[in-house]
Amino acid sequence: MEDNGTNSFKMVPGRSAPPGAGAPAVDPADEKSAGTPLPPGMSNIELPEITDAGGVDVAELVRETRVFDVLDELDTELVGLAPVKTRIREIASLLIVDMMRRRAGLDSERPTLHMSFTGSPGTGKTTVALRMATVLHRLGYLAKGHLVAVTRDDLVGQYIGHTAPKTREVLKRAMGGVLFIDEAYYLYRQENERDYGQESIEILLQVMENQRQDIVVVLAGYKDRMETFFQSNPGMGSRIAHHIDFPDYTLDELMAIAKLMLQQQRYDLSPEAEQAFHELIEIRMTRPRFANARSVRNALERARLRQAGRLVSGGQGFLTKDDLMRIEAADIRKSSLFKADAEAAGTPASENAHTG
Amino acid sequence: MHITQGTFSYLPPLTDDQIRAQIQYSLDNGWAVSVEFTDDPHPRNFLWEMWGLPMFDMKDPAAILLEVNRCREAYPGRYVRVNAYDSRLHRQTTALSFIVQRPAEEPGFRLDRQESHDRSIRYTLHPYATERPEGERYPRG
Repeated sequence: MEDNGTNSFKMVPGRSAPPGAGAPAVDPADEKSAGTPLPPGMSNIELPEITDAGGVDVAELVRETRVFDVLDELDTELVGLAPVKTRIREIASLLIVDMMRRRAGLDSERPTLHMSFTGSPGTGKTTVALRMATVLHRLGYLAKGHLVAVTRDDLVGQYIGHTAPKTREVLKRAMGGVLFIDEAYYLYRQENERDYGQESIEILLQVMENQRQDIVVVLAGYKDRMETFFQSNPGMGSRIAHHIDFPDYTLDELMAIAKLMLQQQRYDLSPEAEQAFHELIEIRMTRPRFANARSVRNALERARLRQAGRLVSGGQGFLTKDDLMRIEAADIRKSSLFKADAEAAGTPASENAHTG
Repeated sequence: MHITQGTFSYLPPLTDDQIRAQIQYSLDNGWAVSVEFTDDPHPRNFLWEMWGLPMFDMKDPAAILLEVNRCREAYPGRYVRVNAYDSRLHRQTTALSFIVQRPAEEPGFRLDRQESHDRSIRYTLHPYATERPEGERYPRG
């Protein structure tokens, strides 16, 4: 259990109250409940009433839930993705307002929180889902706030009667947190009517509807295929409130990501290496199966490999700390991508396309 | 006759919120929780039918309650209980066990006396419910 911040909000009387509007409406029971652990569901959170006389301090609510800390982390951790970050902030704000409305006795309906994340591979969908789980946990919409990432294989069985228990098992494990279904469209196979995926979808729908307070389902995948999936499963589409599209990274953003990764791993690019890496990413972007940040990470991994090879077999007797950290242009220029590019300008060497 | 058994036998039946809290306690302790059911109320009948396998790696009591409710739906007229198993070395036993559903009407028991040697008498409990075959012992099965 992470913290008990969620149910320790105190009303701030008089902040927005008109002068002389009456006694501050602080509920003494609320003060006492501040030390109790986070209750399992939203419905159990004690929300003192907001009367006309007492107001609520938004800033304090935000501070106490530490929701925007998570979002700020997201801002520094993830390069680019401006539209996604805005949407996530909007959703978080909506939930905060919703919470205050509930306290004012205005709205008791729990909002639908199931989401769909669309975008190319490596655009940060899983990372954002992970942060979203933390945000929802801090706001009290999820009891635990963990993330269970699955694909079709984890949900769909291999023979009759195998699918339902398998799907239910996964759903049970994800309860209190977020169930992240990667490439969700594989659940539905149009060409095969007797595919067990359909059964899995039905159970998912049932739980998404009946146990909205216990689980948040995030479906992820390529945009166009997700749209087809929602068209053929209207029940699924209508139960998802937030569709968030993750744009591809630009070249500059990918470079910024590379620098961030290197910084985290305590590596350093020499200026020439930086230029080389820039060119490498430029070539890689035109190749098939380009997976944005993931491709950048793989390219860096290979550069590290070559650097290690160079250091060990290079005959340099004495290595300084700088040597261990520095990745030189040569480590990057050796990439098969450059060779393939030089050899066959125009005809892509597909067998080399996946190597960085 | 209200039959009691297990950890909270001295309390009135638990509400769903109380059951949820008990399951939460079990999960916090790292115990594997399972659901079982039976229609034989004899106190010595401790091996009940299993409703699926014990549940491992669960984080939220909602998952267990889902199974409890599915079991209640399938067997509305039987006893259902929740067990929590502590698998730690040197304990390895059921740590918590309580009834979460009982039949609407429980006919109770009769005391049978058997004349034995030397005028001694043996006593045994006879549950009225077991006079009918399994599955038909309580209305609504």
